[in-house]
Amino acid sequence: MSRSRGSIVGIGELKPQRLTQDVTTLEMIAEVSRLAVLDAGLEPAAIDGLLVGPQVGETPQHVPATIAEYLGLSPTMANVVDLGGASGAGMVWRAAAAIEAGMCEAVLCVLANNREETAPRSPNRNPIREFDVPFGASGANISYALLMQAHMAEYGSTARDFAIIAAAARANAQLNPDAIFFGKPADVEAVLASPMIASPLHLLEIVMPVAGGEAVVVTSAERARSLRRPPVHLLGAGEKVTHRAVSQAPSLTSGPLKSAMARAFQRSGTQADEMDLLSLYDCYTIMVATTIEDAGLCAPGQFGAWLGDHDLSHQGDKPLNTHGGQLGFGQPDLAGGMTHVVEAVRQLRGEAGERQIGKAGLALVTGNGATMSEATALVLGAA
Amino acid sequence: MSIDLNTLKTAGPTITALTKPFWDAAAEGRLIIQRCEDCGKAVFYPRPICPHCWSKRLVWKGASGSGRLKSFSAVHKPGHPGWLPAAPYVVGLVELAEGPTMLSFILPGTQQLQVGAMLRLAPTAIGGRVLPAFKPVEPRAEEKPQ
Repeated sequence: MSRSRGSIVGIGELKPQRLTQDVTTLEMIAEVSRLAVLDAGLEPAAIDGLLVGPQVGETPQHVPATIAEYLGLSPTMANVVDLGGASGAGMVWRAAAAIEAGMCEAVLCVLANNREETAPRSPNRNPIREFDVPFGASGANISYALLMQAHMAEYGSTARDFAIIAAAARANAQLNPDAIFFGKPADVEAVLASPMIASPLHLLEIVMPVAGGEAVVVTSAERARSLRRPPVHLLGAGEKVTHRAVSQAPSLTSGPLKSAMARAFQRSGTQADEMDLLSLYDCYTIMVATTIEDAGLCAPGQFGAWLGDHDLSHQGDKPLNTHGGQLGFGQPDLAGGMTHVVEAVRQLRGEAGERQIGKAGLALVTGNGATMSEATALVLGAA
Repeated sequence: MSIDLNTLKTAGPTITALTKPFWDAAAEGRLIIQRCEDCGKAVFYPRPICPHCWSKRLVWKGASGSGRLKSFSAVHKPGHPGWLPAAPYVVGLVELAEGPTMLSFILPGTQQLQVGAMLRLAPTAIGGRVLPAFKPVEPRAEEKPQ
């Protein structure tokens, strides 16, 4: 017998019903997950990996975060597996692969569905829809405004501190002809003068939605040696998912990127201050501020002073989002996060043209989803 | 904000059998939340299992209606068109005295709103239903003798 690639240690199953009434898929996921984890004899907190199926309609996006929050889990690996009837089997090897890659140790693989005689009046029935939307909180802007207000209240950070981040992104975008704001710089005063969307968040602190696309190809380091382009290596990664709704965030001034970045640094044997490029997810200015602090580049609450001490341009001592970030480049929906990977590869290959940074050995790439909820960090290294 | 919130064409809650007790109580101007009989922790929003210990022994308990404002935002550009007539209006994160945090509508007080403000449940008709909104506790009123 060949060696084990992973072991299934717990199972759960709900009795089939022809029809369900007034039960959400989320509720059923909770029931069956509990059975499997009880069977395994594990504490819920031991579950650090989560593989789930898509939930068409009920929770169109952020499915793992929604389920993790519902179950009170904070996994360090989370994914949707969307392979139709192959999803269940597909989850099992992905769980084993994630464990072998060192991302997690115990993975909950769960699929469930309700089945109602008549489709509910409102198919979107996740907790945000039920408990936030009726009070006037729809969309990400309000959630990030709440994070920003909390940072200001706790640390005394100012509107100007945040505006510097948006202005720096616009400045970097002036060297990227593909950026949506190429030829359209905006200084700190312009950011502060832009319309208030949800206090204290100004329009120019929010990414512009655009159409676009990004892709990368990954292979083994061994195979990479025989290919035509200079390889950029993944040296370490970390992931963490803590919640979905801002009301359920464990902290409003520090996010799951903190532990994701710590893991990526630890696994790559690097430190935050060694990074030659900071390619940080920037849907809103507050996201960059919190990431700088969570990375340990400065003390909590001190991002404003840190910004004042550093030059964020390609010629600076701390190049940050040299492609303009999403604040300068535009946010092509989910591909927006991948722009931070693609720019890091360009820089580490030495192919960034007139915005090429000097020393280009190490890059930190961060990704963020929902409301500072879903976090992935990568440390990339030049060949 | 001079408009009648009850006339807004806003989206109401998507109530299920599990969450119905919460909304039924809300309609009567009460706030109830779940409490786990095994680990003793309060749970919000309602779930079939306790998110802390995964026990199913969750029971409904009346909440005190006291809370603390963890953060807030004055919404100038609402994400839902039904809220446009009310803008700017304030939403906030309310840390309930029992522990959990909920998002809610914050009614204006006489003072400028600040993070850390103490809040009190203020059931309010919004969009045709009574919702558990909150309002700041007025410091002056508390100091007044009986």
